[in-house]
Amino acid sequence: MRYLCLVHTGPDPFSGLSEIEKRELDRDSLNYDKELESGGHYIAAEALQGPENAVMVKVRNGDVSTTDGPFSETKEHLGGFILIEARDMNEAIRLAAGIPMARLGRIEVRPVYSIPDPARP
Amino acid sequence: MNGIEAIWRAESGRVLATLIRLLRDFDRAEEALHDAFLAAHEQWPKTGVPANPRAWLVSAGRFKAIDRIRRRVKFGEIAKEIAATEEEAWMPQDVEAIADDTLRLIFTCCHPEIPADGRIALTLREVAGLTTEEIAAAFLSRTPAIAQRIVRAKSRIKELALPYEVPEPDQLAGRLDAVLHVIYLIFNEGYSASHGAAAIRTELCAEAIRLCRQLVELKPEPDAVGLLALLLLQDARRDARVGPEGDIVLLADQDRSRWDRAQIAEGAGLVQIAFAVQPVAAYTIEAAIAAVHCGAATADDTDWIEIAALYDLLLRADASPVVQLNRAVAIAMRDGPEAGLELIEALLSRGELSRFRYAHSAKADLLRRLGRAPEARAAYEAALQFTEQEAERRFIEGRIRGLAN
Repeated sequence: MRYLCLVHTGPDPFSGLSEIEKRELDRDSLNYDKELESGGHYIAAEALQGPENAVMVKVRNGDVSTTDGPFSETKEHLGGFILIEARDMNEAIRLAAGIPMARLGRIEVRPVYSIPDPARP
Repeated sequence: MNGIEAIWRAESGRVLATLIRLLRDFDRAEEALHDAFLAAHEQWPKTGVPANPRAWLVSAGRFKAIDRIRRRVKFGEIAKEIAATEEEAWMPQDVEAIADDTLRLIFTCCHPEIPADGRIALTLREVAGLTTEEIAAAFLSRTPAIAQRIVRAKSRIKELALPYEVPEPDQLAGRLDAVLHVIYLIFNEGYSASHGAAAIRTELCAEAIRLCRQLVELKPEPDAVGLLALLLLQDARRDARVGPEGDIVLLADQDRSRWDRAQIAEGAGLVQIAFAVQPVAAYTIEAAIAAVHCGAATADDTDWIEIAALYDLLLRADASPVVQLNRAVAIAMRDGPEAGLELIEALLSRGELSRFRYAHSAKADLLRRLGRAPEARAAYEAALQFTEQEAERRFIEGRIRGLAN
């Protein structure tokens, strides 16, 4: 099964870290992606820019409207994601616990919902 | 390569049990098992399957785990961590010890220091190899709740450094019930799989029987003997329970010449031994019910009066809703579908079984026999909603189609 690991962080997760610690975290994160890959668990991963650079889009009655990103009062935001392949939820939890950012933020593990293909009853 | 998959299905549970003992850490052992599997996929097609694949997988997994510890753990801690895994030096010849690792692991998973709701979930996952999602389905529970119980149970084992060992026979009392219960559940998952393509997972049934035999040899407690009898009798019908296309064949329609007579004889003999001890254990009563079914030459010869009486006895030992459901079915066979239907509807209205597929399919079947097709269809559809097992789905869909004609 596939699981999406959503990395939630505070507004400025790296504020308490020195430059060396930040570099270490980046290196650990890239290494962990490679480790997931060599174990056949890696599907995709990205870190995200802050919500101040985000735009919300919606369509109502055919009209497209946009507003600023969701950063108003939220204390936590989505800092990145890793999409993984795991045997079950507990394996996904084990893999999520190894994500270096789990030490600074929190990882939400969401099972992927497979939309049934209407062509295949 | 199909050979690897077959070896994997047969060996992964025991390899994991040994890795957990050697590495003393569930997560590290699971990781090591996964690594060993990847290594086998890479190497076996080139070198051929090793003579002792189980020992090979244990060695590979252990080697990979030490390798990971070397890479991951900060300097200084390395020596300590590796020393811990090497403390119990392991030789590939040590096959006898491996055979006992599964039983050791079950006793650890069912340790009284672990919260009761976590014991079973953990054992089913680590010993029977069920996924979190399958366990949630089997317990009519939500996946995140089960996942967290498993995480907590694992950390409890680690925190208390619980030993991986089977208690001495004189200390078995008080530890045996939980272990018998998980063996029963492992068998049940094999007997009617909750997920996947195959209706029966024979390897789980065989493993449950093997573990139960080990327990009986250790100490022939009447409960354990009764459980072994039950498992043998239920498993004896395995070949007749699925058709050539993998479809489910109900008890009444089974070719009884394909039942395993030697196994039935062994099971029936054990029922007699276990039944002589008062109070009779619930497993023994269930085994006695299975023995009545196995003793009937044809479905019409089944002694439903005896079976209903045994269910009444069982209800006194175990008043669970599932037992009440089975009793209702037996009463329907003895007194007619209306009597059973009334009981099942009362049970369903209490809510505990509202997500249990067999409660809806049993109700549907009685409605079908009463000729109440629209209601039967609704009940079959309710059953379908909670059925994730392909052969069972096909069976129910077939019944719904049968109603239309």
